[in-house]
Amino acid sequence: MSVTVKIPTQLRSASGGEGEVGVEGATVGEALEGVFTRHGELRERLLEDGKLRRFVNVYVDGEDVRFLDGLQTPVPTGGEVTILPAVAGG
Amino acid sequence: MGAQGLTCRECHAEYPAEALYVCERCFGPLEVTYEVDAGLDVAERRRHIQAGPQNLWRYSDFLPLDAPPGPSSRTLSRTGLPAGCTPLIKADRLAERLGLREVWVKNDAANPTHSFKDRVVAVAAARARELGYDVLACASTGNLANAVAAQGAALGMETYVFIPADLEEQKILATGVYGTNLVKVRGSYDDVNRLCTEISGERDWAFVNVNVRPYYAEGSKTLAYEIAEQLGWRVPDRLVVPIASGSLYTKLAKGFQEWLDLGLAEGAPPVMNGAQALGCSPVACAWEAGHDVCQPVRPDTIAKSLAIGNPADGPYALDLARSSNGSIDAVTDDEIREGIRLLAETTGVFTETAGGVSTATLAKLAERGDIDPEERVVLLITGEGLKTIDAVRDTFDSFEIEPRLDAFVDEVEDVVAGARR
Repeated sequence: MSVTVKIPTQLRSASGGEGEVGVEGATVGEALEGVFTRHGELRERLLEDGKLRRFVNVYVDGEDVRFLDGLQTPVPTGGEVTILPAVAGG
Repeated sequence: MGAQGLTCRECHAEYPAEALYVCERCFGPLEVTYEVDAGLDVAERRRHIQAGPQNLWRYSDFLPLDAPPGPSSRTLSRTGLPAGCTPLIKADRLAERLGLREVWVKNDAANPTHSFKDRVVAVAAARARELGYDVLACASTGNLANAVAAQGAALGMETYVFIPADLEEQKILATGVYGTNLVKVRGSYDDVNRLCTEISGERDWAFVNVNVRPYYAEGSKTLAYEIAEQLGWRVPDRLVVPIASGSLYTKLAKGFQEWLDLGLAEGAPPVMNGAQALGCSPVACAWEAGHDVCQPVRPDTIAKSLAIGNPADGPYALDLARSSNGSIDAVTDDEIREGIRLLAETTGVFTETAGGVSTATLAKLAERGDIDPEERVVLLITGEGLKTIDAVRDTFDSFEIEPRLDAFVDEVEDVVAGARR
């Protein structure tokens, strides 16, 4: 199941400059694992003790995964996983 | 003081004072750090401030701009739309109603676009210009939209303002009038914020509350400086402050602490009470549950200017409530309407729903006995009642009569006298 993971500018130094990565995965967690396989450095930037860091927001097709099932949230084929910093706004 | 650079609040990594807001290592927020100039003594510093202009640039020594202190604050005053120097009103009738000794109302609706957002935007825009940006943008719940559109107009900068499509009409009209690119997004503020975070990575614009947020947020400190100066260089005992993202709440405490550290203000760090609307209370809920982080919520409240379901500074607001012996409370929409009414009836200040939230929270704290009657309390009013006019619709009666004296006597005076009996 192919999905697209969008990498924010702040993390592109760790993704070889790539802003989008196509990976296989049925859940957010699996999709991120797919990204980490290619860009290992991203793991510790995004996760702490296997969970999303508190200032990392992840969206599946625009919906915050904290409202869904977190890393277990399913991602449909062709879906989009967007990683964004959480410190904006207000 | 001069801005030294940016430091991550989480892992303390350091960055140059550029348009950066997120730590590349841990995604934590970046905050401006200053070099403290130990050369000036307290009296000299106070004189320097008092000789400054009647706006927030009198505090430019404590703001993250390259422009050197001194005459530059005058120059800053002559460009754009200066904000600040709003009234601090002694609210004796409000205090009496609540059984308190001393309450002051900081009426920050008395800014150019009628909310405290003019302060943060003035600082963000000044820094954006120093960094060479031509376009100013924001994600807004309304007040910020007004402020960015107006500041852009005053400076001759192009602006893009992104708001939730269902915002109060008054706030939409009071933004569009300045000639901005007004973008109504079908979604909540959190959707708008997500979109703007994405766009800011792709466009070379200064998003005041995204990529230049560290500078923007520092503008809130001027409220603390002003309150201290207006109280005769003293820090009040307690503040009641509305919380949306938590930025204002935490920066107020930072402002007071900076002046206490420099000896510019006397007193102790104030007790900080945060105020949220129950219909969007992620920080108050985390406070009540004893959590360190906030679970995002979907907002449903009349206090739209506070309707941020995923507050960026939530964890720091929780830390501050704890360390200052304060609390974070939430009030219902009905209590918000009563708060607006209470403030209007006792002080002559008509506030928007966010001010209803802080006033209702003050009333709640007073009733709960959290406030020592001897304390000096400052209530923060961040915006203008005319912007959320629907909140007071149908909350009072009026008389409609023929233009005749007997009609006035029979239909008004007798009724008023009857109501008094």
